[in-house]
Amino acid sequence: MSVTSTATAFERTRAEGRAALVGYLPAGYPDVPGAIEALKVMVEAGCDIIEIGLPYSDPVMDGPTIQAAAQQALEGGIRTADVLRTVEAVAATGTPTLVMTYWNPIERFGVERFAQGLVDAGGAGLITPDLTPDSAAPWIEAADARDLDKVFLVAPSSTDERIAMTTAASRGFVYATAVMGVTGARASTSDLAGPLVARAKATTNLPIGVGLGVSNGTQAAEVAGYADAVIVGSAFVRTLLDAGTDRQAGLAALRKLTEDLADGVRRG
Amino acid sequence: MNDPMNGHGPDERGQFVSGDVAWGGRYMPEALIAELDELTRVWTEAMVDPTFTGEFQRMLAEYANVPSPLYDATRISEQAGARILLKREDLNHTGAHKIRNVLGQALLAKRMGKTRMIAETGAGQHGVATATAAAYLSLDCVVYMGKVDTERQALNVARMNLLGAEVVAVDSGSQTLKDAINEAIRDWVATVEHTAYCFGTAAGPHPFPAMVRDFCRGIGDEARAQVLELTGALPDVVTACVGGGSNAIGMFTAFLDDEVRIVGFEAGGDGVDTDRHAATIYAGEAGVLHGARTYVLQDEDGQTIESHSISAGLDYPGVGPQHAYLAHTGRAEYQPVTDAEAMDALALLARTEGIICAIESAHALAGSLRLAAENPGSTILVNLSGRGDKDMGTAIEWFGLGRPQ
Repeated sequence: MSVTSTATAFERTRAEGRAALVGYLPAGYPDVPGAIEALKVMVEAGCDIIEIGLPYSDPVMDGPTIQAAAQQALEGGIRTADVLRTVEAVAATGTPTLVMTYWNPIERFGVERFAQGLVDAGGAGLITPDLTPDSAAPWIEAADARDLDKVFLVAPSSTDERIAMTTAASRGFVYATAVMGVTGARASTSDLAGPLVARAKATTNLPIGVGLGVSNGTQAAEVAGYADAVIVGSAFVRTLLDAGTDRQAGLAALRKLTEDLADGVRRG
Repeated sequence: MNDPMNGHGPDERGQFVSGDVAWGGRYMPEALIAELDELTRVWTEAMVDPTFTGEFQRMLAEYANVPSPLYDATRISEQAGARILLKREDLNHTGAHKIRNVLGQALLAKRMGKTRMIAETGAGQHGVATATAAAYLSLDCVVYMGKVDTERQALNVARMNLLGAEVVAVDSGSQTLKDAINEAIRDWVATVEHTAYCFGTAAGPHPFPAMVRDFCRGIGDEARAQVLELTGALPDVVTACVGGGSNAIGMFTAFLDDEVRIVGFEAGGDGVDTDRHAATIYAGEAGVLHGARTYVLQDEDGQTIESHSISAGLDYPGVGPQHAYLAHTGRAEYQPVTDAEAMDALALLARTEGIICAIESAHALAGSLRLAAENPGSTILVNLSGRGDKDMGTAIEWFGLGRPQ
């Protein structure tokens, strides 16, 4: 399968003079087919890049919303192979698809084996919230051998030296965490994000995506004013959690939110 | 204390390197790396600053009742067939070795200008110790505790409250210690500017394993001198129980360069052939948990498996990375001790010596009695890491105590 790279997506959004919308859902919530269906709705309604979360028992960077969905996915028996299956189904739409994961499950599966599995599934790369480049030698090697994206995170607390080190090790884009805190929708966007994006941009030509807290089109437009991508996770998960067992209602709400956010990144 | 690293690692990246495995390290969100770097810097400087080390020693002596005595347990020795020497950490203020670690970390928090200290706790012992140190040094204190544990250990929740700490019941995941750690990390990511995370064991990301070890290493330094004074020789074996492993590494560090056998005892729960145990080194596999590469109880997808032990302090699916390193290099041995073996040892110590120890420490004693049977006539130094008051509920249930006979 040919991999659609995030670079292709960013070329398009840059040509259109706008930021990209990056949407996240964990695999396996509400179940494996249900997550695939939801992710496809997000693609149809305007996400330019998809992040698929690999549910993990000890997600220290996630707030209550994503924890709850990931926990339910684990209770539903999600396996690492199911995550790759989800990637394959979503990547088949032609939208670049990354996996966001804590490190231990990848190491346990085998770094080389997972990297190859990702390539075989048409996945674009990995976002690694608890793996910084200075601890990531095996992943960097496996990714570089396959031209996979390595999306590392920078934070408001990162020193200039660490930002330079992190952007130099990244491929695809760089994930700027807008707030000091865990994932979760927030009422207002952070005033820490703009300066962080500027500091990151000073070190790289890679696109800079901003995540943590964005939940509506207005916020997306604001972030799109200074970032190359607006990353949304908890707000999407929330629509599904709130709809409970009424899956059609959940998908409808998901579509509506995606459209609102997609409109937002075009206004930014 | 002039060499914080004591020549036994970790390297500057926090790794204990054995062959092609680098145990420990730092697998953490970027948002916390700057703080971990700063903590490493301040701790490294503090440990060679006589003002800091002097203040630490003063607090230990005046407040925590340290050094704890070494006790020649002649009656239990007679039964064991070997000389059992007990390092009485159960006599420290708050009833365990943990006061050493929290006083060190609280003093460091003050040095860094922090006003708030957070901690995780399982049964509540580290939470109580942290709340104690926070009260003593005028820091705000929030303790994260699994919801299941707050219900099982209501007395310790009350103790923390009385000491002025807020206790947050964590209802995510398995609602136990590992989830309390996750929640404390989440708090810390958001509050790191003014908050110190007082980690309860010699695990987690660098510098915690080495830092907690160095705050606890007085156990072994004192015991080594005490044994030499008492017997004129080093012991044949040094033992301790191992959950995360702070009391054990605190005891073992002084003996790493000696020709002394070092044995850690892990919680074997219902038995290591069942799925209800916490024998992380014995039955786990290398992985990453809570920021460090170490042995982890995990399934084939790398999801953490819930551990089980009658002793809450040993009920953890990971272990400090230096223990993983010492096991991997063969310098130390790690053996499981079941719930039943530990409770037998607890009862024996109570009846022969009049000491009710913590169930954690009873694991060390039980394993030591096994070693005594294998090596009659030997001298075994056991870290009696805590007292058993907190465990009376468990003991009542296990032994059927308090019923008219």
